[in-house]
Amino acid sequence: MEITAKTAQELRLTAEEFELIKQKLGRTPNFTELCAFSGMWSEHCSYKNSIRWLKTLPRSGGRMLVEAGEENAGLMDIGNGFGVVFKIESHNHPSAIEPFQGAATGVGGIQRDIFTMGARPIASLNSLRFGNIKDKKTQRLLSGVVKGIGHYGNCFGVPTVGGEVYFEEGYHTNPLVNAMSVGIVQAGKTVSATAEGIGNPVFFVGSATGKDGIGGASFASANITAESTEELPAVQVGDPFQEKKLLEACLEVIETGAVVGMQDMGAAGIICSTAEMSAKGKSGMHIDLDKVPTRQKNMKAWELLLSESQERMLIVVEKGKEAAVLKVFEKWDLPCSEIGHVTGDGLLKFYMHGELEAEIPAYELVLGGGAPQYTREYAAPDYLDNIAAFSQDSIEDIADTAALKAVAEQVIQIPNIASKKWITVQYDSTVGAANASTNAPSDAAIVLAKGTGKALAVTTDCNSRYVYANPHKGAMIAVAEAARNIVCSGGEPIGVTNCLNFGNPYNPGVYYQFVQAVNGMGEACRKFNTPVTGGNVSFYNQNPEGAVYPTPTIGMVGILDDFGTRTTLDYKETGDVILLIGEQQNDIASSEYLHKIKGVEFSPAPHFELDEEFAVQKFVTSIIKEQLIKSAHDISEGGLIVTLIEKGFHRGLGFDVAADAGIRLDAYWLGEAQSRVVVTATKEQAEAIKHKGASNHIPVTVLGTVTSGGVTVNGEGWGAISEWKDKYDNAIGNLLKASAGEIIEMGADMEPMELN
Amino acid sequence: MKYGVVVFPGSNCDRDAQYALAEDMGKEVIMLWHKDKDLGMFTTDDCIILPGGFSYGDYLRCGAIARFSPMMQSVIEFANKGGKVLGVCNGFQILCESGLLPGVLLNNAHQQFVCNNVFIKTNNGEPLKIPIAHGDGRFFAEDHILDELEANNQVIFKYCDALGNIGTAFNPNGAVRNIAGIKNKNGNVFGMMPHPERATSAALSNTDGKKVFDILGLN
Repeated sequence: MEITAKTAQELRLTAEEFELIKQKLGRTPNFTELCAFSGMWSEHCSYKNSIRWLKTLPRSGGRMLVEAGEENAGLMDIGNGFGVVFKIESHNHPSAIEPFQGAATGVGGIQRDIFTMGARPIASLNSLRFGNIKDKKTQRLLSGVVKGIGHYGNCFGVPTVGGEVYFEEGYHTNPLVNAMSVGIVQAGKTVSATAEGIGNPVFFVGSATGKDGIGGASFASANITAESTEELPAVQVGDPFQEKKLLEACLEVIETGAVVGMQDMGAAGIICSTAEMSAKGKSGMHIDLDKVPTRQKNMKAWELLLSESQERMLIVVEKGKEAAVLKVFEKWDLPCSEIGHVTGDGLLKFYMHGELEAEIPAYELVLGGGAPQYTREYAAPDYLDNIAAFSQDSIEDIADTAALKAVAEQVIQIPNIASKKWITVQYDSTVGAANASTNAPSDAAIVLAKGTGKALAVTTDCNSRYVYANPHKGAMIAVAEAARNIVCSGGEPIGVTNCLNFGNPYNPGVYYQFVQAVNGMGEACRKFNTPVTGGNVSFYNQNPEGAVYPTPTIGMVGILDDFGTRTTLDYKETGDVILLIGEQQNDIASSEYLHKIKGVEFSPAPHFELDEEFAVQKFVTSIIKEQLIKSAHDISEGGLIVTLIEKGFHRGLGFDVAADAGIRLDAYWLGEAQSRVVVTATKEQAEAIKHKGASNHIPVTVLGTVTSGGVTVNGEGWGAISEWKDKYDNAIGNLLKASAGEIIEMGADMEPMELN
Repeated sequence: MKYGVVVFPGSNCDRDAQYALAEDMGKEVIMLWHKDKDLGMFTTDDCIILPGGFSYGDYLRCGAIARFSPMMQSVIEFANKGGKVLGVCNGFQILCESGLLPGVLLNNAHQQFVCNNVFIKTNNGEPLKIPIAHGDGRFFAEDHILDELEANNQVIFKYCDALGNIGTAFNPNGAVRNIAGIKNKNGNVFGMMPHPERATSAALSNTDGKKVFDILGLN
């Protein structure tokens, strides 16, 4: 078979990249070698269109123990001799085609990234985006993704403690499934993804290799089209039971002291793990592909290199200590085979039936080595003109408090705002007996890091409509909101992992969004001293109709050195004073109210100033430390009124508030200006907060008091909090139930099955 | 009382049970590997816990493979001698599969995994808030078995509301007669779907789980 630029293009490499490969090898690659480059130089593995910008993010400092990108996941110091390991990753493309397995293997993949470093995962989160919830296709995707996440996570035994779900038309064809995992490791027990020591054996552990997921990495690097469903074999199949055993065995094998390096096999399977470990260890490997356990007969070398079969690990073991390693995997009934050894020449040599099938310098394959790096053209997309043209004055304000009530009832039932209980009850959120938020909700999930004396506050955040409206500011807001959630929970934000979901990078408008968002994210992360420890870029979330909203999801980890600072969001006692920290703005831009109720697609990002935000967060931290508040809940989607209502749900307490708005009524109650937090306090505490606010130039406004269950706004009775809770809790379930009825109707018209 | 916690491949509440008993309740706990058989360190005054999780991946049927593991043969022998055994969630399923308890645990009536706080109570006791997390928790047995269970006072917990009212509205999985947990005729083998080991810590704002161990005489 003659290998030409056309072959390369069929493997999603450009003609220029094909020339580059020939240059680097000093010859024309054979098909297997070209496949190796195709996988490794795919967007997914090489970050070729993003890495230059990612390098501008703050990637060190703070509590970081390894620099970003050095290992499979970020590692930060939490004190007392322990570290936290965390990462978020996308599985968007597989989930679009096969939602159940796509989401399940997304969860599995991110867990492996954590325990391959020697950490035990203690919490999972996710960030999900779908199209219109009333749409049949969305419902199929939603149900499949949720089942998939539950199937894998529940069995694997890590609690799903938090996350976010948004429904926007732009995600109709390209849903986003971002999964995050957080683990704990003892200092000195971490394992690096490196291959060192000439002659050290290389072990292959876990499931046998099949043809599933071949080309997954390059599949994730292309637009979704009508033909994409024909790529079904590119979606992997997960086995959480196997992964649970792999977790326990890997953590146990580290205890033997025999492990030199370990890496999981994710995207681009064997070729990626061998190349990255060798490149990191400045070594090479001699691999006998015949020794790789397979579940299908007659697999070709290129198939073995690229297969993304799940639940597999590559482990480099110190020569002479093989027996200890084999004993652990035998105990856990996991296949473990020695498939090669580490060499000193920097070459990856793959043999099959005694023949040399591929010979490639490991360095040339990897990011930071020979993989190409591009910066694409970018230009402000046209739609930004529509956003700039928006005038708030063209929107009629809400007339009075009675009209406001009617709108508030609609707003709390918008799926983006309403309770996600229909989804979250399908995830095991209490396994591990460490989720402190189950019975005491707060803005970020609080998880006990058992045995370390610390607790973690974890969250995922991104309002992508803000990013769409203003990529720079929107990305800053995503970081700020994540930090605010942690601060309101009594934690100190320490680090970020990001999942950058964008459209096709070859589209200058999309690339503009990407560049601006990365810049904004960097600026905010520097301000909050939360370095970006790693993450993942997912481009090509695009279909013939267009790209998704730019969605730079932020996963943030915070620490509670003292569990006593833990702050919950709910009203505690009748008669407590309700205070607003931060400034009200005459701003309804990009709010759920404006977008969903008023139907305005184009408006600017809401009010946000980084310094103001930082000052508000510092203030909230200080009043928590001084024990001046009984609850804190930030204002986000749906504005002040939604925050006030949500605070009542946990204990069934209501509120009596009144305000002479002085600005638009809708802006006061439903606007989504940032940097605002609602707290409650005793009367004495409230006085102290007002005093402290005045001396720190932080606006503090008394809104009203907590009631035993009644809701009163501007003197008008709005019913009981329980009625609001019913609406909020059941909105999503009712929408899905209404459609399920239609499905049954459809079934009645179907032809009866033929029985043989 | 000493405790043994059996670790099957796929168990995922084994460490939680260990932590709850050892750290929150100050008990002596020994972890038991499914391939071992030795229970020589226990007397019939001690208690073996079969923890929750997905033993053997729930392949074939929840608990159907675990019952054949070497350690389960010893646990069955131990139970038949009068030793105390508590199975939680998957552990309950294993007890039913191995015949130590009557009935079966079927797929939840709504066909979905469910994780939530529920309230459970004994015949005359106070309602206890305990988390559940299962896909196959719908207890089922034939009427004559259920009648016998009730007549012998073998139903240890029923699902109820926060005030203690028992009813299908508070039953998370469709279990027959709202049954959340049962014991054997001798009163030494207990199975329940809710997870008491997830509710033994003030930091989690719920210590009702300790009361479960009290009620069952396992504290």
